[in-house]
Amino acid sequence: MSFLPLVSHDSPDSIVAWRTDGPVTLRQFLADAHRLAGLFPAGKHLLNMCGDRYHFSVGLAAAILMGKISLLPSTHTPGVVRQIKDFAPDVFCLTDSDSCAVDLSQLRYPAMEAVGGADACAIPQIDGRQRIAVVFTSGSTGNPLPHAKTWGGLVSSVQAEALRLGLPHNSPCNIVGTVPPQHMYGFESTVLMAWNNGNAYSDHQPFYPADIGQALAAVPAPRVLVSSPAHLRALLDAGLELPEMSLVVSATAPLSSRIAQEIEAFCRAPLMEIYGSTETGLIATRRSTQTAEWQLLPGITLAVQGDGVYACGGHVETLTALSDVIEPVADGRFLLHGRMADLVNIAGKRHSLASLNHLLNTIPGVVDGAFFMPDETCHERIARLAACVVAPGMDAPRLLKALRAHIDPVFLPRPLLFVDALPRNSTGKLPRAALQALVHAYSARKS
Amino acid sequence: MQNIQKPAVSSDANLQREVAELMIECLNLEITAEQMNPDAPLYGEGLGLDSIDVLEVALVVSKRYGLQLRADSAENQHIFNSLRSLADHIAAQRTC
Repeated sequence: MSFLPLVSHDSPDSIVAWRTDGPVTLRQFLADAHRLAGLFPAGKHLLNMCGDRYHFSVGLAAAILMGKISLLPSTHTPGVVRQIKDFAPDVFCLTDSDSCAVDLSQLRYPAMEAVGGADACAIPQIDGRQRIAVVFTSGSTGNPLPHAKTWGGLVSSVQAEALRLGLPHNSPCNIVGTVPPQHMYGFESTVLMAWNNGNAYSDHQPFYPADIGQALAAVPAPRVLVSSPAHLRALLDAGLELPEMSLVVSATAPLSSRIAQEIEAFCRAPLMEIYGSTETGLIATRRSTQTAEWQLLPGITLAVQGDGVYACGGHVETLTALSDVIEPVADGRFLLHGRMADLVNIAGKRHSLASLNHLLNTIPGVVDGAFFMPDETCHERIARLAACVVAPGMDAPRLLKALRAHIDPVFLPRPLLFVDALPRNSTGKLPRAALQALVHAYSARKS
Repeated sequence: MQNIQKPAVSSDANLQREVAELMIECLNLEITAEQMNPDAPLYGEGLGLDSIDVLEVALVVSKRYGLQLRADSAENQHIFNSLRSLADHIAAQRTC
């Protein structure tokens, strides 16, 4: 594979990002990346925890320039940080926070100097085979599974995305993301897509509806909002006046067609949904107000083998199992019928149920225990996990504290039920229906 | 720290209880308003809320008290520190 430019912007004065104090030119961005690269320690791996999207992107660019690999775990609990250290003992943490408590050697994002001048600047050319990032999925035994991402694969993926979303190439278009750049979706659809399509992103990661409105208003049109169902529902519900948008993008969990209609009407812009996974990156899109069918990106095909569906082609370099129940239709289209039984997806964070159960049962004092994912009865609320445990002498705060050290808070069980025994059958298996009955009996008693 | 972040208006026990009840109902928490310590952290080891919970509570609070929550200043990032800090913020900003 050949060398590909770090960014596709064509002038040193092109705008690559928007900060509170105004636009950032390509010249400034490259100067910042070179300056930061000069401060990096020797380790080949970094955990880029910068909360400011611009700082994150400078850290990513500096790492790419130095041949370092950005590690992108889905969460930063002490347990996961330890596992990251086992995976890459030389890892250091890049942070822009004064109170970063992560147990790794830390490099503070420095104050940068403004650069002026009208000189041309050389755009770095990056080997398409270079591994620039490793993302992690939960695996089934509690150890995160690494997935390496090459520069060439990521570039091809986000170029196809920009084309599918109809973003103007090397022309002003400003992306505001409510999702973190450390998560595969935000990584691709804010920073990398803007780099490789010659667009710009806001440094903000707005959270409350009023913040989203303000972040949009702080960048000129055309504006693209890259968000998730949780944020979009909050935006709808708050009903605040929003600046004009050209496009709204949603991913992490599918929206119902009714909510999609409401979002388009409210935002006065088309809504495109993205489907993908940590392993594959994005692979399909749909205009949810017009069709339930997802359209694969060019070059990607699906293969049905046994019970599973696999993706390959395009930027998906090896045959990769998809962890959702997928029904291929025709001409590169498919329907999504929910998640696999073992996979939990809460607000875009995925975890294998088997690995959650494994973690639960390794906690000292837990004799037996199982997580339970209730059926999603409606699209309006985000479903939460429940757990049943046999743990004489343990109480909920201690158990939750032990879990919290390993898993993201969205997976903490609510309710957490202490029981005398789990309804295991004679072979030791725990039928889902029996666990469901136990959880329901508890809920009924409570109300 | 405490003094810098303290809004000009403090909440009273009635408002704290009302906000506690809103949160319990909104998030289906297994606790009563009396059991909620106004100074315990809402995140992490206290009540164990996460960002999705905070978004849901923010919506309910916005509607009930006619205010918009923001995370745009250092002070505002502490709103969800505890029941007391949330209730204090509501007391200072409410329009209804």
